[in-house]
Amino acid sequence: MNSYFDWFSGPSLAGGLVIGIATTILLLINGRIAGISGIIGGLLRMQRGDMSWRIAFIAGLILSPVIWQLFHALPEIRVETSTSMLILAGLLVGYGTRLGSGCTSGHGVCGVSRGSPRSIVATLTFIATGFATVYLLRHIIS
Amino acid sequence: MTIIVSTLVGMIFGFGLILSGMVNPAIVLSFLDIAGNWNPSLLWVMGGAMSVSAIAFAVAKKRKKSYLGIPIQIPITTQIDHRLLIGSFLFGVGWGIAGICPGPALVLVGSGSANAIVFLIAMMTGMLLFEMKHSQK
Repeated sequence: MNSYFDWFSGPSLAGGLVIGIATTILLLINGRIAGISGIIGGLLRMQRGDMSWRIAFIAGLILSPVIWQLFHALPEIRVETSTSMLILAGLLVGYGTRLGSGCTSGHGVCGVSRGSPRSIVATLTFIATGFATVYLLRHIIS
Repeated sequence: MTIIVSTLVGMIFGFGLILSGMVNPAIVLSFLDIAGNWNPSLLWVMGGAMSVSAIAFAVAKKRKKSYLGIPIQIPITTQIDHRLLIGSFLFGVGWGIAGICPGPALVLVGSGSANAIVFLIAMMTGMLLFEMKHSQK
């Protein structure tokens, strides 16, 4: 296993800083929180005048690997989950993030960094549940 | 102007996810696998993002409006209720199954992954189910 310092010196921290820059620009220029589940979910409410910035943000995210590939190869991407489990996971992620008002970006990055107790509780909850789920699937069931 | 900013921010956010490796569900799952060969890199990503974001929120606190003169919208809810807990619980289960959360799902779709399209359709169906159940409240 790599030491913690190896991860520190790798691209993880740099990628995190770039994500932080993105949330900063959205907040200080557009006045919005970069909570991705909220941005997608809000689109489904079809409120006039509130759609275009959401579509633009989503388009930017979807286009990012296309632009990236003009300069660099994408990192290795492995999805090893079966189709039926992917559908179950998607349903849970979609419903859960809307019921809980946020995901890794809105609660995890934005909420925790502004010291919101709600977001801290939400983040600890979904990380703990994620730990438990993987433990169950990888070490108990299989 | 806000449209251009939103597009660029979405793109920068995506670059961050790609650079950090978090678009790869296998890396996210290895972070969640504490009993396996644990990979802590997600913590560095979160820490890096939070440290920059914390400065932004400190600046935002002192301003009512953004640099474009748009009111800064920060959630005002403070109640820790069962919806927050159950929602985060369900999200954690889904995240643990596939290692994909909403941001990486969109980047994966852009990378041409058919699996990600399946996930995204299911995710949006889940969101739609929520809207149908709760939007009247």
